[in-house]
Amino acid sequence: MAFKGVLRPGLIQIRVLNMDEAINHYQNILGLNIVSTEADGRVYLKGWDEFDHHSVVLRQAESAGLDYVAFKVDSDDYLREIEPRIVAWGLEVDHVPAGEQPGVGPRIGFTLPTGHRIELYHQIDMAEDHPGIINPDIYQRRPDGMGASRFDHLLCYGPNIGKAREFFCEVLDFYQPEKVDLPEGDGSLAIWLTASNKAHDIAFVEHEEPGKLHHVAFLLQDWNEVGAAADIISINDVSLDIGPTRHGITRGQTIYFFDPSGNRNEVYAGGYTAYPDHPVRSWDFDHVGKGIFYYERTLNDRFLTVLT
Amino acid sequence: MRYRVTIENCSETYPCSEQQTLLQGMEQLGKRGIPVGCRGGGCGVCRVQVTSGTFSKAKMSRSVISEADESKRIVLACRCTPTSDLSISVVGKMEKALNGKHRIQTEDDLSVAAVG
Repeated sequence: MAFKGVLRPGLIQIRVLNMDEAINHYQNILGLNIVSTEADGRVYLKGWDEFDHHSVVLRQAESAGLDYVAFKVDSDDYLREIEPRIVAWGLEVDHVPAGEQPGVGPRIGFTLPTGHRIELYHQIDMAEDHPGIINPDIYQRRPDGMGASRFDHLLCYGPNIGKAREFFCEVLDFYQPEKVDLPEGDGSLAIWLTASNKAHDIAFVEHEEPGKLHHVAFLLQDWNEVGAAADIISINDVSLDIGPTRHGITRGQTIYFFDPSGNRNEVYAGGYTAYPDHPVRSWDFDHVGKGIFYYERTLNDRFLTVLT
Repeated sequence: MRYRVTIENCSETYPCSEQQTLLQGMEQLGKRGIPVGCRGGGCGVCRVQVTSGTFSKAKMSRSVISEADESKRIVLACRCTPTSDLSISVVGKMEKALNGKHRIQTEDDLSVAAVG
């Protein structure tokens, strides 16, 4: 197997202000399926094309935002072997016991210099309601709402993104398909990182305040589905941010909107196939507007500064 | 029932029903003055101080509106509905995407200019 180590961002825990409103949004608007609701109030959901037990965890809290994102790794051995490498790089690692989330094995966690908590895990049960395996049909039943097929990636805002890049690339063997340069010096304003063929599994923008969430993205199949998502946003008076439009960076076709607690969501289709031997695509400061929104070609203050 | 909402910073006035938030009332009429962010009580850019009048409010993210803020009637326009005519003062602002000498003109600059 050529694809080793970190496989994908598999779990994300999001803080919401009102659970009933959040469930309506993530279930009926995005089209995720509820897997379970646990005694502590957390709600577990998954996209229709995901095999694992769940991918999205909603937790009601006093403030919106991101609790953590967890990456699935290919083996228990990798999880054991990576821990001392993370510690040697300079991060403190803690352990989350199996069963802290339903169906999920032991996890290790640490906080990046950007202020974001990252976790790694290997074991997770297969979902009861999983995609077909033997003579599989395209889908088991038609998904609700936008029909988001899976949790795809996230964009984080925080300080020291250069250190985050170093950590992901040197310790977790990610690579950087794309970046936006600062106007002066060697630093980056924004970076896109992946462990896979996707143009990004996680991205960062340099920002003073640590631990902020810009958006959580879910995958759609094509441009038509992005258009249908726009219809659903208007039909249901969902808070729209921008789109439908396209990114120069990653080339993704996209629409951005907010959940009822103000956490930004994206539904996304397309994007190029990344390989670790490709050059790093770079955008200079004078072209960043086109890089972010390829059709509008102008910076948008709300898109670039509104965070939870 | 509709009430008058006056934005003191820019002398803008608009009608807002008791079924609408202060932000929805402004936005749907194409009025400007309060910065529009997530519209869900999470991001904090639509901070206003209610200087006169009464209103009801929904839950707001504690990281952007503290208890001290609430005691000073500083709230998020996206989470408050009027129960009388209101005067508000805008205290939040939309940060510029890129500031300092390299700042690039953005489409929202026009609205800032309109507010003065």
